[in-house]
Amino acid sequence: MSTESLRIVWVYPDLLSTYGDRGNALILARRARQRGLPVEVLEVRSDQRLPATADIYLVGGGEDGPQALGAQRLIADGSLHRAVAQGSVVFGVCAGYQLLGNSFFAKGTKCAGLELLDITSDRGETRAVGELAGDIDARLGVPPLSGFENHGGRTHLGPSVSPLARVTAGVGNDGASEGAWRGKLLGTYSHGPALARNPALADLLLRWATGIHQLPPLDDTWPDRLRSERRAAVAAARA
Amino acid sequence: MPLRAKVASSVSRTAAALSRAAGRGDGSVIGGWIGLKIDPDLLAHLAAGRAIALVSGTNGKTTTTRLAAAAVGVLGKVATNSFGANMPTGHTSALAKAGSTPYAVLEVDEHYLAQVLEATEPHVVALLNLSRDQLDRAKEVAMMAQLWRAALVRHQDIRVVANADDPMVVWAATPPPNHDHRINPPQVTWFSAGQRWHDDSWVCPECGSTIQRSGDQWWCTGCPLRRPQPQWTVEDDGVLDPTGAWHKVSLQLPGKVNVGNAATALAVAAEFGVRPVDAVSRLSSVTSIAGRYAQVERDGRLIRLLLAKNPASWLEAFDMADVAPTLLSINARDPDGLDTSWLFDVDFSPLRGRQVLITGDRAYDLAVRLDVNEVPFQHVRSFDEAVRAVPPGRLEVIANYTAFQDIRAELDRVN
Repeated sequence: MSTESLRIVWVYPDLLSTYGDRGNALILARRARQRGLPVEVLEVRSDQRLPATADIYLVGGGEDGPQALGAQRLIADGSLHRAVAQGSVVFGVCAGYQLLGNSFFAKGTKCAGLELLDITSDRGETRAVGELAGDIDARLGVPPLSGFENHGGRTHLGPSVSPLARVTAGVGNDGASEGAWRGKLLGTYSHGPALARNPALADLLLRWATGIHQLPPLDDTWPDRLRSERRAAVAAARA
Repeated sequence: MPLRAKVASSVSRTAAALSRAAGRGDGSVIGGWIGLKIDPDLLAHLAAGRAIALVSGTNGKTTTTRLAAAAVGVLGKVATNSFGANMPTGHTSALAKAGSTPYAVLEVDEHYLAQVLEATEPHVVALLNLSRDQLDRAKEVAMMAQLWRAALVRHQDIRVVANADDPMVVWAATPPPNHDHRINPPQVTWFSAGQRWHDDSWVCPECGSTIQRSGDQWWCTGCPLRRPQPQWTVEDDGVLDPTGAWHKVSLQLPGKVNVGNAATALAVAAEFGVRPVDAVSRLSSVTSIAGRYAQVERDGRLIRLLLAKNPASWLEAFDMADVAPTLLSINARDPDGLDTSWLFDVDFSPLRGRQVLITGDRAYDLAVRLDVNEVPFQHVRSFDEAVRAVPPGRLEVIANYTAFQDIRAELDRVN
């Protein structure tokens, strides 16, 4: 950790917060505090300078206009690049996932991304809306992804990133793979409060940020029940 | 009315009556659906000859429609879709059922505003607000504002009553800026009803710059779009009209948000020539609306039903609810939207210290949210179990759309 407390930055909530994205900041902060880790959550609006020394950066979803504007400002600001170079954790969701890549489409125009993840996004023929599930890369050691997706993008992965998951329900990047990760950067199409249904993924980000490999377990009764219920709903929809 | 429209109108009324008699629903949709099958122009035929107000927006449109219908009622008989059936089928049913009336006040689903403007050629349209709602299928907020704007550009003869506090609404209600950048065309009457929810309007829909806020004021940092001066405002428990006269509003509906809805209703009625002083007392005749705000006694529990469909309306519901045991019920069926992510846009902390019960198809999504929010709760499997779990006295029920209808059905479709 960079300082006495774990510093979590919610990047541009004025632009990149369409679908309950606040949830990821709330969940990380709570799970850290429950382990006795002091936490500071900073909400940094797009007219403010981004700190370059935080531990975790959350980049959320947004409509096309705000997504394009958010990417422009992040490129101009440069702090996220410096933070990544110093080993900070970045978690990108939906539009926030796309803009970490090389390029993406917004309002029919190709926009430059931050080039932090080797991915490129374009438009699919149909919008992907519904439950998203997948088996997460075994090296990450977390149980299957459970989420909801709502996006028109299709994302192609370059050689320097790995897919986050192999899709078992829904579309994700392209119907086969979902999300991407490299080092301590991780992106997903599981939108909004993605960590609500994936507490193990939240803990992975906390382990990356703190370097603590054995976080004390928490009572995950409710997230576990939610995951089982969603798994059953996905199975029932398929049957 | 052409013969085909007469037949369609008559069949529509019969079908609605059959639906109600069979206990299949309010009959407020099926009748219109059948009528429109027989005569696709039925809505236009039924609208012809009436002076009509349309009320649209994400939140408050059912209540505002009822209040506006009561206010316009000063002048004569008013047709209205008071069951909240707010798509063209519902409008058709409402007008067919009402028979000949000089006036109509119709609630319109925001997605259908362009179509209903076309069909009904209203005298006035009220634009309440635009915020995130059922985002898995609804148009994103900026796209909805664009659709409204495009529809209004084609109908510049219509009077508009619009919310000065919502940048998306202000932008939608004002046609593209002309060469001198005047953004307040004369046919718009602005009201200010207070707005708790700001999270969908930080980015200017005109130029993409940041919108700044200070107190009641807001302005774009990159273009001339800014809050227009409202002619109708809420002050304390009353409404200030454009002449500066203050009218005390006594409602049977809870919450500050409904005083704002009353201001809007009076502004709409004024467009028909109704003086607020003549209309304001009629607003207290409005009690519950399709079960919303309804109070029912069961086993010594005084149950009140509050509908909350999206983050903005949850914030208002917490303001309306008494400090009492509270049941929250969440579904995610088609009419609700399939996505529950919005739960994290709502801060449930006002419920701390109250006995909180949760139920509904998606109670576990709510459980995770409340857990993160550090609001203790108890999960119950049914409405009956919830009633038994609380002591005699007030039980507040806050539910989203189909969860609300489920509970309303348990209470014999209370109105």
